[in-house]
Amino acid sequence: MATTKLLIAGSGGQGVMVMGQMIAKAAILEGKKVTYLPSYGPEMRGGTANCSVIVSDNEISCPVINAPTDIVVMNLASMRKFEGKLSAGGRMFVNQSLITQDSSRDDIEVHKVDAVEIAKKQLGNEKTSNMVMLGAIVRMTKVVKMESIQKVVEKTFAGKKAAMIPLNLEALEAWQAD
Amino acid sequence: MKTVFEYTKGMEESVSTSYCPGCTHGIAHRLIMEVLEEKGVLKDTIGIAPVGCSIAAPRFMKVDMIEAFHGRAPAVASGVRRVHPDKYIFTYQGDGDLTSIGGNEILHAAERGEKFSTFFINNAIYGMTGGQMAPTTLIGQKATTAPMGRYVEKHGMPLKMSEIIAQCECAVFVERVALDTPAHVRQAKKAVQKAFEVQEKRLGFAFVEFLSTCPSNWGVPPAKAPDWLAENMIPYYPLGNFRCPEEVK
Amino acid sequence: MAEKILMKGNEAFCEAAMRGGARFYFGYPITPQSEIPEYMAAHMDEIGGCFVQAESELGAVNMGIGAAAAGGNVMLSSSSPGIALMQEGMSGLCVCHLPILLVSVSRGGPGIGDIRPSQADYRQATRGGGNGDYHLITFAPTTMQEAVDLIYEGVALADEYRNPVCILCDAMMGQMMEAVELPEHKEPVMGDAAIRAYKPWALTGQGDRAEKNRIHAMPWSPEELQESNLEQKVYYDKAEKNLVRYETRDLEDAEVVFVSYGTPARITTEAMEMLKAEGINTGMIRPISVWPYPYAAFDEIGPKTKVIISVELSLGQMMEDVKLGANGRWPVKLISRTGGVLFSSQDIVDETKEILKGVK
Repeated sequence: MATTKLLIAGSGGQGVMVMGQMIAKAAILEGKKVTYLPSYGPEMRGGTANCSVIVSDNEISCPVINAPTDIVVMNLASMRKFEGKLSAGGRMFVNQSLITQDSSRDDIEVHKVDAVEIAKKQLGNEKTSNMVMLGAIVRMTKVVKMESIQKVVEKTFAGKKAAMIPLNLEALEAWQAD
Repeated sequence: MKTVFEYTKGMEESVSTSYCPGCTHGIAHRLIMEVLEEKGVLKDTIGIAPVGCSIAAPRFMKVDMIEAFHGRAPAVASGVRRVHPDKYIFTYQGDGDLTSIGGNEILHAAERGEKFSTFFINNAIYGMTGGQMAPTTLIGQKATTAPMGRYVEKHGMPLKMSEIIAQCECAVFVERVALDTPAHVRQAKKAVQKAFEVQEKRLGFAFVEFLSTCPSNWGVPPAKAPDWLAENMIPYYPLGNFRCPEEVK
Repeated sequence: MAEKILMKGNEAFCEAAMRGGARFYFGYPITPQSEIPEYMAAHMDEIGGCFVQAESELGAVNMGIGAAAAGGNVMLSSSSPGIALMQEGMSGLCVCHLPILLVSVSRGGPGIGDIRPSQADYRQATRGGGNGDYHLITFAPTTMQEAVDLIYEGVALADEYRNPVCILCDAMMGQMMEAVELPEHKEPVMGDAAIRAYKPWALTGQGDRAEKNRIHAMPWSPEELQESNLEQKVYYDKAEKNLVRYETRDLEDAEVVFVSYGTPARITTEAMEMLKAEGINTGMIRPISVWPYPYAAFDEIGPKTKVIISVELSLGQMMEDVKLGANGRWPVKLISRTGGVLFSSQDIVDETKEILKGVK
């Protein structure tokens, strides 16, 4: 029974919710069970944002995550708040562009992703930094197949924003594993 | 022999109205029903009458009707209109109801330009609950909740509702009439006709304010009530048309 | 079988209502359900229905009364303080014997409260938040699919029982996304002919009917009002007979029986697995209808049970019903959070073990 409990956290505007929703949509394409639970607050922009995504081959009883199997932290405040909750042996994806500090845990697997720098320098568009991170998560966790995420990207940007598809697909592949 | 008057088929024949002697609700009822009868649309009409003396109207008016909560008739009518785009729809509301508790509902029905007609009975006092002060109660007028009479420093000035509604762009027909003399009653009927014509032509929201009597709560003998209305209400609430679209002039 | 699609709760609620035949929606923005009026504004026109942004929740519920009285199938929604404002209309719908589907997406309270998930509107939904002798028929789904199915059915149930049907969801259900299978579109009751045939009591204009129709918000005498209330009680009796719904789990060997509804029931389910791993057998009663309440479910509890625990996001509002169901046979305890705070499955495990120390 494979179950991934993923918590993605950052600040409003970093594309945290989009990452979670894309993973959830890709999992549905693969016929898996999914719950996606956003945090939400009174602010429209800024503030903290996080979402919990559970992907499983079996029915999911509880959409609220006690101990994530994987976490993604897009800013320092999120790492401080959530790294302690990660299960032993779990993976933490760190947005290295904003977080220079090291993790205080030695029982987890840390992947540093220089998401903003890669988005700026390699792709020429800072807004794709969440897609760089998303690519890294999918590649390392295999929570869903890369082809499924690619399909979701194509569907999301279909129509008026179709010109954005190649850039976003490229962003998914941009990070080189450490 | 020539028939000069017939009781409208729009009123129940077997039920007498329960309004107090000298009250002009009965006249307002009759005018509205006469106009609907003349148009031949009594069976295509839905009326809404909210809390206040007006909630008795569904017992006397011979059309499909619903009683509404205090002040909410314009919202209820907006809902009815969505289901029945082709019917004749009106609300029949008193002054406590329309200007006080229902101020928000009437204002936003006017704002939206709802395609129904509102008949507003202004007798400057709460009737059903027994003579309390309304937003329309006149300066110096006594009420059970203003035993010394209404005065500006404590109660502010009475609301002129037609003037307020006329500020809404989509309230295309607004007129104030009175029910104190036969001549005024004839003018009032013309306003009712135009209000329904506006609705028929889907021009916007139509609003007719009837200055009306309440001898029981004014403490005035029924026979003197029309004079009291003429002397006290008309000077503060001027009669006349505030807005009328070209199509019904 | 229809395709499963990932939808946000609030949006799935709208699709379910529209597919169930609701064509008139009146709403006012309030977090955490503003996606409902937004979705209706975008999609009601496409299916020949109607959306109006009302001036307030009071305006919305009274527009609902008008449209329901006119024979339309109406959906309303709001969140806690907005639902409080609608109570005049809920009581009004009941005295007028009018059907309506209400989706209540609860947040923390009292007062303006917090916009995060809560179940503190349990009494408001099950005891009647307005004045007078009436009930709302209230269901509390726990998954998105169950919410969709209940809303879809709720449109027709409201018509059948001539009473508002309330779907009570905590804010988490409105905000979360889960895969759902949407039911087929039902033929809506629209237009004079269909309304007259299906709802002969509705206001359509007298037309060729022998008598005018009058809908009373204020019956003229105590006797008439009593008669009106007793007429509605026939439906309430029928609801108590036919609409009691619940689910039970592992009651036979349970040392502890949890009673929980909505999202907390899902958190409790995970806690049950964790307790089982520690050798503590637990069971669960999950009310689906919260009015009428499934008191009979408590008769299915086995001989090993020592304690019943009501697990809810309010200060024991449902526990009153749990005590009525337990009827003195077992001690009843509470695990709760309030104000929009959530418990985790670990919290439930820890507090259950603490409670067990105190019972024999």
